[in-house]
Amino acid sequence: MSMHSFVARFSSSAADPLSLSLQSRNATQADDEDAGIPIELWGSQAGFGSLASQGGHSFAVPKVPNPAEFLRMHTDEHEGKIKIQHGTTCLAFRFKGGVIVAVDSRASAGSYIASGTVKKVLEINKYLLGTMAGGGADCQYWETYLGIQCRLHELRNGERMSVAAASKYLANLVYGYKGMGLSMATMICGWDKSGPAVYYVDSDGTRMKGDVFSVGSGSTFAYGVLDQGYKWDLSDEEAQELGRRSIYAAGHRDAYTGNTVNLYHVRENGWEFINNYDISKLHYEGPGGITSEGYGYSVRTAEQTSRSAENDAMQEVEGDLV
Amino acid sequence: MECSFALTGKGYVLIAADMTSARSIVKMKHDEDKVKPLGPHLLMTYSGEPGDTVQFAEYVERNLRLYQIRNHSVLRPHSAASWIRRTLADSLRSRSPYSVNLLVGGYDVSEHEPHLYWIDYLGTMATVPFAAHGYGSYFALSLLDRYHNPSASLEEGIETLKRCIDEVQKRLIIGLGKFKVRVVDKDGVREIEI
Repeated sequence: MSMHSFVARFSSSAADPLSLSLQSRNATQADDEDAGIPIELWGSQAGFGSLASQGGHSFAVPKVPNPAEFLRMHTDEHEGKIKIQHGTTCLAFRFKGGVIVAVDSRASAGSYIASGTVKKVLEINKYLLGTMAGGGADCQYWETYLGIQCRLHELRNGERMSVAAASKYLANLVYGYKGMGLSMATMICGWDKSGPAVYYVDSDGTRMKGDVFSVGSGSTFAYGVLDQGYKWDLSDEEAQELGRRSIYAAGHRDAYTGNTVNLYHVRENGWEFINNYDISKLHYEGPGGITSEGYGYSVRTAEQTSRSAENDAMQEVEGDLV
Repeated sequence: MECSFALTGKGYVLIAADMTSARSIVKMKHDEDKVKPLGPHLLMTYSGEPGDTVQFAEYVERNLRLYQIRNHSVLRPHSAASWIRRTLADSLRSRSPYSVNLLVGGYDVSEHEPHLYWIDYLGTMATVPFAAHGYGSYFALSLLDRYHNPSASLEEGIETLKRCIDEVQKRLIIGLGKFKVRVVDKDGVREIEI
């Protein structure tokens, strides 16, 4: 490959770093960004699967003449920095068949949807998953770092670090930075010698073991569906359906949650990426499969009415008379 | 922390509200009834600014009664809700607006159909199959999206309402105590023990 074509390939974002003007951007590439990621790429490639198809790095900017000014107007910017990843919904729960982890994929900066294709499940290693809420960068950086420490532990001691130890390592680490501006709320999920485990860890230094957790601005909506459908003896299919429905519910009710659901299942032999589901599609058509029905309230209750039964009967009588 | 729920079913509207009355960090009353019957087939829950709530509810109650005496007929649920909404909307632009959030549920005897209206202190009104006010709505609305059935029997409706109350009692940091539950259907208004 000649140097010229090499530069051309990576020049879409680097052409003119001083002005983030739209002209420097390929408009069709921006439109395709949300739709163009094949399913296989969501749950692999060391956590950077969604980047692989893009051909180098490009960054989506708001389609307005001055994107920086636009973002300043539409985000709650205080210290000269735009904070993304304010709203989200992540959930994880333990059941007899392992751990279900489900998240949405929206990144918001104030009222602006910065991306709809965020990978909020961080694949720490084959047996450990971390979810991402709060500051996306902090979660990504420190959970990758945690992955490194887990591997070193494995090399030094000849056995994998337990979920309890990994989560405590992270909790102690972020506690050391308390008050210095770290922002993260994560669920460390996995399977170790003690079986399936879920720990909640956040940048306050809180660390909790539990069966059911939901985190983020849409967490209350997810809890509403999750709590009512949860029991230990769920089958694998039922559990996956519950995780999917709960994130859908949050995506439907919370403005800062949406776009797609990413679903993972952790079993004894490591995690498995189940699928990526479009929330609008879940609303109207459901997740797919033979018995699949749309999750939406209006879709589900389309045939039903609150009109009294005796009135239905009366109308029939009237019909007979006519 | 006040919280109210309502949902429609086959020929009825179920309405529930918590029974605590709090001031600062103190629960001052555990048996406050915040579900007011406004007529033979009309119910309303009220929550919001202490003082405004009861004042406004009684104002509405007496005016609907006055209409009944003057015209020898009762306002239908939609008309009553519209009048209440308009009253709140006018109040919003006055010197001292009422800060009251309402759920109005009624059974229309001429149409044989239950109706539910969600109204907030800004004078927004929405016709809905189920509704909630307060922090409870953050837990109950997704739950109702999933479990509410507009053609459910009263027993099934009560089960769904219980799910909402259980969820709020489980997840909301402050316990809301007992809930007052009333139902309105073709036979009128009555209380339900849950």
